[in-house]
Formats: sequence, C-alpha cells, structure tokens
Amino acid sequence: MAKQNVNVKLMTGNEACAEAAIVAGMRFFGGYPITPSSEIAEVLARRLPEVGGIFVQMEDELASMATIIGASLAGIKSMTATSGPGFSLMQENIGYASMTEVPCVIINVQRGGPSTGLPTLPAQADVMQARWGTHGDHSIIVVAPSTVRETYDWTIKAFNLTEQYRIPVVVLLDEVIAHVNEKMVIPEPETITIIDRKRSTESPDTYQPYKQNDLDIPLFADFGTGYRYNVTGLSHDETGFPTNDPQKINALYSRLSRKLERYQDQIIEYKTEYLEDAQICIVAFGSSARSAYRAVRLARQQGIKVGIFQLFVIWPFPYKILGRLASQIKAFIVPEMNLGQIAHEVSCAIKSDVIKVNRVDGSLITPNEILERIKNVSV
Amino acid sequence: MGFRFEFRLSGAGGQGLILTGKILAEAAAIYDGKNATQSQSYGPEARGGSSRSEVIVSDEEIDYPKAVNIDLLLCFTQEACDKYSGDINKKGILLIDSGFVTNVPKGDFRIYSLPITEIAEKEVGKSLVANLVALGMITALTKVVSKEAVESAILSRVPKGTEELNINAFNIGFDKVTAQSK
Repeated sequence: MAKQNVNVKLMTGNEACAEAAIVAGMRFFGGYPITPSSEIAEVLARRLPEVGGIFVQMEDELASMATIIGASLAGIKSMTATSGPGFSLMQENIGYASMTEVPCVIINVQRGGPSTGLPTLPAQADVMQARWGTHGDHSIIVVAPSTVRETYDWTIKAFNLTEQYRIPVVVLLDEVIAHVNEKMVIPEPETITIIDRKRSTESPDTYQPYKQNDLDIPLFADFGTGYRYNVTGLSHDETGFPTNDPQKINALYSRLSRKLERYQDQIIEYKTEYLEDAQICIVAFGSSARSAYRAVRLARQQGIKVGIFQLFVIWPFPYKILGRLASQIKAFIVPEMNLGQIAHEVSCAIKSDVIKVNRVDGSLITPNEILERIKNVSV
Repeated sequence: MGFRFEFRLSGAGGQGLILTGKILAEAAAIYDGKNATQSQSYGPEARGGSSRSEVIVSDEEIDYPKAVNIDLLLCFTQEACDKYSGDINKKGILLIDSGFVTNVPKGDFRIYSLPITEIAEKEVGKSLVANLVALGMITALTKVVSKEAVESAILSRVPKGTEELNINAFNIGFDKVTAQSK
C-alpha cells in the first residue's frame, strides 16, 4: 500500500472551518443550518460533543446570534455560521456584540442576493453588509480566505482577533471555497498561535466591565464566576449601566471606533505576488482571487507586467497601503462576484477609477475574463 | 508553469462519480504527494439526473479550482457527452461507456469507447461498480496518479466488506486499457 501522510487530508472549506474553530478553542456553536454553510453546523454537531463543547440548533438566526453572545459572556469562545438571509437576520445582534464588546465569530458563506437569492451558487456580494449591516458607527473586522488552507488559518485568526480586540469578526466564505475538496496539510498544534481574551484580576466588588485603560480594550470577567455586572445595548458608562451623559456617551462611541483605527496596522493582512515591477495590479479576495492568480501567472508568461494584491482582511480596508501603491501602478483591476463593492473601496484608496470585472450569475469569474482585461490595459 | 491535469467525470446521479472523483483526488493528494482539488455539481442541477465531478491534479499550488481545458473526460451518458465534449483539450482523452454513448463526437482528441457498465456486470459481477472499472481505465490511460495510490485511496474510502469487489473492478478496468494499448 502507498504511504499515507497522516497530516494530509482532502477537506472542504466548510470542514476546515469547523475543525479550525475547535483548534482555536471554540466550544459553543449556536446556529440554524443554511445552504451553502450547512456542513459547518453538521460537522460541529458531531465534533463539539466529542471535545466537551455545546452545539445548539436554534429556532432562527436572531436567536442563534443571541446564544453565541450569551455563551461568550460566560467565557466560552463561540461562533455561528450562516448565509445571506440568515446573515441579514443576525445584524441586530451583531450590533449588540459590537456595542457590548463580546468576542464572537460569525461565518457567512455568501450566496447571491438580495433575499433568498442563489442558495447553491457562489457570490461575494456581502462585502458592504458585513461592514455596515448593523446600524450606527461600530467596529467590526471582516476577513476573506480563498483556499481551504486559508479558511483553516483565518478561522483561527478570526478567534484570535475577536478575543484580542473584543470586536466581532466575520469570516466571508463563498460556495466555491465552502464545497471544494482540497489538499490540506494540517498544521502541527505547536505552530498555531491561540489568543485568549484578557481577563480582569480585580475583585468582583470593584470590577467595572467597561473601565477605560491604556489599550482601549476593557478587561473581561466571565459571567458565573462571581462577577455581577450589567450588559446593555444602550449606550453605557464604565459600570455597564445606561447613561445619557454626553461626555460618557462620547467616550464610549469614540473608543469603540478608535479600537479599530488604533490597531488597524496589526489587523490588516494581505498577500502580494509579482508586484515589484508591476504596472497593472489586480486587487482580489476570496475565490475570485484564485482566478486572478491564474490570470496573473498566464499574463506573466506572455511578458505582461502584472501583479496581484490579495486581501485577507477586507475591513479595516488597507486604504493607505493601496494608496501608496498607486504611484507605481498604471491600472488597477478588481474582479469580484458582485457589481463593484470592493472596486469602490480600491477607487477611494487610489483616488482614481479602477477596471471592474464582475459576475453576478452564480459562476466563478474565469481566469480568461481577467486575462482579457489585463491584455486590454497593456496594449 | 508546472504540470496541471484536469479530469471531468460526468453521467447520471447515482453512478458514483462524486465518490470516484474523491478517490482520485485523495490518491493524488494523500498518497502521491501531489496537489489536488475535487468539486462537483451542487444544488438543484445535482438532483435533475445529471452529475458532474471535477478533479484537478497539479505538482504546484492549484489556483483556479475548476476544469476549463479538460485533459480527460469520462461520459456515462449521451447527454453529458454532448454537453462537455467541446471542453476537451487538444490531444485530450474522451472515455465513454459505449453502452450509453452511441453518438460519438468528433474532435482533436483520443476516443476510448468501451462497454464499461457491461464489463462491470459480466466480468466483475455487479454493474454498480462501473465507476471503479472506469477509475481503473482512467488511471491506466492518464498515468497521472499511480496505481498503488489509487488502490490505497479506494481501500480507505469504500464501505467495509466491499474492498475486494471494488479493487477487483478497478484492476479489471486498469487491465482492459493496458491490454488494448499493447
């Protein structure tokens, strides 16, 4: 029999996401199965009990989101997984998580929309909803892997980010990544960094849940461990109780947004290829980045100076980094399975128009579609 | 760019094409140390009777995960053959079950027309394992994945108690093509 490497598996993105969440320390999942995310719930329903975790199938997505906030308040790393219509229903409570600074991870395997849309086909049209789906100025982090291995790594990183900054993290997947079976080399546990929220060592008698500190990130206290405090979606002061004091309101909202601005350089991650001498730059994310890599490699074979900038973190958006790149690049091309959501942000960053390659018919953009645009620019 | 080989296995739902694709991809990725992806038709189209499973094998990172220039197309139905034969690469391979595909397309590719299901029924004793007979033929025709790797992948995937049946079907398919090309 041929030799088998035990660390190598053929896995789908949904399976990798579920397994990675367990590695990250996630022990509570509350959700409602929905295509094309259902396998995440399916795997976790089986796996979580094996590791002493809890899986709850809720009556809907509003309640699912509420359960993960509650579980996380009790100190357990928590997540949910959904798609389009479910993600819409979660928005109110995502705002609650952002306002109350409760760490949580939301996996959104995108489908075409609005409404029920295209349940079984890929799309990348929730870029703006992930950032601004809930009302009010708020902090949120959004990441977008493009392969099964990246899905594994970024699910773990999503937990690290939410634990470190107490900001909800959305992982945007799409049907291509969710369902492709791909070779996956499982990383050794000792090579994986796991971050846990910083907990207060103060006595429950004097603990203030939203006390200002140097980091702008309040220290956490697990519910059920002797700490009694108020948690509310209303604007609140350092004690956690509602306030109408303009100074205190301003302090809260300013800090909530400042967290993201202050740490954006540590949060933002991207990958580049062939950019050193490039005159054309493709900015891509998720599965359409895979088409873009192919297009760039094919174009390079033909001697065209084109490179790629793959976004891993979409929000906060790397405006400054792309802005600096603009002086070197003659044209930016943005392929995405929507009608130009990331293209708009790239345009803001480079203060100029970009070339859009869009598909909203439920098909992955092909390398040739991107290659044609590259050739048009280079002549 | 490095080596990239695209397979598309097509036919009707229930013919085991998705499992066959997974076995092929696992053989390449887990036992032969190559890179591989496998994807399949999903959603309502998967329930309408037709089924499609794609495997890409490469010696480098697989960027675009879908098949666009097919190096090997397997067709178990006339409908699939009509739909996909146009996507075959120049010098690619078309493998058809002659019991179902009677209208053979013309093109700049090699055609292997074999009674796959009939071989499974008469020589293995079960038409159900036609997919494994086809997998044997594919392995011998393309030489992209080693015979040992595919055998290992079959043993790790098929239900307990059916190992011998499946390996036998695979070997019969493999030998048919090897004998023919001698």
